Amino acid sequence: MNNVKKLTSKRLFLPIFCMLLVMMVNIIADIAAGNFAFSFFTISIRNGVLYGRLIDVLNRGSEVAILAIGMTLVVSASAGTDISVGSVMSLSAAFCCMLLAGYGVSSTSDLQVPLLVGVLAGILMGGVCGCFNGFLVAGLNVQPMVATLILYSAARAIGLLLCNNLIVYIRNESFQFFGGYCGFIPTPIVIAAVCVAVTAVLLRKTALGLYIQSVGINKKASRIAGLNSSKIIFLCYAVCGICAGIAGIVAASRISSADSNNIGMSYEMDAILAVALGGNSLGGGKFSLAGTIIGAYTIQAITTTLLAVGVSTAQAPVFKAVIVLIIVAIQAPPFKAFVKQRSVKRTLAKGGAAR
Amino acid sequence: MKTKKKLNSNTLLLLITIVLFVVMYAAGCVMYSNKGFTHLQTFLNILINNAGLLCVACGMTCIMLTGGIDISVGSLIAMDCMFLVVGMESWKMNAVVLCILVLLIGLVFGAIQGFFIGYLQIQPFIVTMAGMFFGRGMTAVICSKQVSVSTNELFLKIANIKIKLPFGSYVNSKGIEQIPFIRVPVVVALVVLVVIFLMLRYTKFGRSLYAVGGNEQSAIMMGLDVKKTKLKAYMLSSFLCSIGGICYCLNTMSGSVQQALGLEMDAIASSVIGGTLLTGGVGNVIGSFFGVLINGTISSLVKTNGKLLSSWSNIAVAALLCFFIVLQSVFAKIKDSKK
Repeated sequence: MNNVKKLTSKRLFLPIFCMLLVMMVNIIADIAAGNFAFSFFTISIRNGVLYGRLIDVLNRGSEVAILAIGMTLVVSASAGTDISVGSVMSLSAAFCCMLLAGYGVSSTSDLQVPLLVGVLAGILMGGVCGCFNGFLVAGLNVQPMVATLILYSAARAIGLLLCNNLIVYIRNESFQFFGGYCGFIPTPIVIAAVCVAVTAVLLRKTALGLYIQSVGINKKASRIAGLNSSKIIFLCYAVCGICAGIAGIVAASRISSADSNNIGMSYEMDAILAVALGGNSLGGGKFSLAGTIIGAYTIQAITTTLLAVGVSTAQAPVFKAVIVLIIVAIQAPPFKAFVKQRSVKRTLAKGGAAR
Repeated sequence: MKTKKKLNSNTLLLLITIVLFVVMYAAGCVMYSNKGFTHLQTFLNILINNAGLLCVACGMTCIMLTGGIDISVGSLIAMDCMFLVVGMESWKMNAVVLCILVLLIGLVFGAIQGFFIGYLQIQPFIVTMAGMFFGRGMTAVICSKQVSVSTNELFLKIANIKIKLPFGSYVNSKGIEQIPFIRVPVVVALVVLVVIFLMLRYTKFGRSLYAVGGNEQSAIMMGLDVKKTKLKAYMLSSFLCSIGGICYCLNTMSGSVQQALGLEMDAIASSVIGGTLLTGGVGNVIGSFFGVLINGTISSLVKTNGKLLSSWSNIAVAALLCFFIVLQSVFAKIKDSKK
């Protein structure tokens, strides 16, 4: 009993438990469908690239993982969520493709500007959006969700304007690289890994991680202790915007086009879900980046599993919504208090019986 | 001695909204007078098109008074519409029974959300976001195709009723007299508006909404049941949203998964533009009414122009929302510095 308690109180218990649960479901589904029981885990090399469902999960989950890095920082520092990330993704993809193809061109194979300029401009666009959100939240003290609601609606529309309401196709191999393969590994996995590594090093080797947590736990106390709280919150939103920009480029490169209406649709939900699944409190404060990343891939695994079982993409949100509600309900203070009360009562009853 | 009523920042916000609407509409009249913008019917069309939004905005205002937010409204409307249409077309049910069922769904939906928010103290945004995805997903579960009402006579009859106004008629270029009209949803929406206005002003529940939003701690100390008030507020919002859904369905006569996408944004924007403070405690449905009108005027201006992309109306509303949010925070800062 005590061991179970110790295990469940570990920070990474929830994300790893969920991950294992999803894998179990996969194995059961495979057995039920008459496939090899561990076909979820088999990785092979076909046509010179890695192939397998696990690789697919890692590949498709990269955008959510990249978004979730920024989202973790935002949630931790400001106790709010940035719901504009999906729209910002589509805006930065549109901006990048507009630069590469030229305004009003719907399909092209040669690039108007160097690839690096376009990609960096796209990421920069994400950063600008993040700064805008950060200014509203940190500078003007607007509630994070409402502040980001502005770009949630506007960014996608601006993206459509930039593309002149077209889907801009870029049939160029150098652009397709970001969503394609780097050697035999899918590039999105590499990009996500680099993003995670850079953030982890920054948070570990500098005091930034500590600062963010302390601002999240108590903004006023941190300010009195000498931290510039609003600057740190601003920085978190800017990083979140940059992450959204990178994710947008990856998503655009994957389909080699800027489809403003569809890129990043409901990704904000997945990113927030990843943070919640990672065992981070949505009320701000302490965070664990590792948990978030596991959470992000768990979500992708859930999506892949749902699709494999035969649920349509439009219906999948129902399950995700239920999962979110269960997770936040478990983490809610009144629920925890209720469980504690019950366990205390039980031990009291046991003690009484022993006497 | 005369007691002069001082213009405080909240009434000022409302005043700005009303002036903005009048200016915007007047500009439209001047710019597009040849396209019929000056006729009374244009104004009534804005009302007809936004009747559903008006109901939703009333509910949203009540929620925002408590300091919360409800972004599930758009997908709840999609779910309601789909339920209504599929119920009428596939299950061949009575329209009245279906409407009552839809209202019940709204109440239950709101009760679940309210329970999570009030009693489990989870952030309203997260809960209603889950609600938003649940609603959108359930819409697809009910039916993933786009369906429309074609056989239910009662529903068609209600949707086609034209309530003609006794004034403002004019003769159009073909020499036919046009009598301005409104439809049933407008009447429903205006009734909702008046009822909510009276409720917020004169009932105990209405005042407790303000109290909870103004300062939750003091509300608890005053002896108000904050949890119950929040639960009731979210039930009210989802209920009004369901009424809005019926109005919406009477307008569009169809249901699809993509319906009312982003409506929550319009509703929130309307409330904020109408002077409802996001922090709670301050606001009025009359302001929200003008917010909805501004929203409708913008999209109607973009449509009348004909050359602009439809995304411009999205951007314009977002820009206005931004403007008002900044204005609110500036007012709040001035208030703080006075203290």
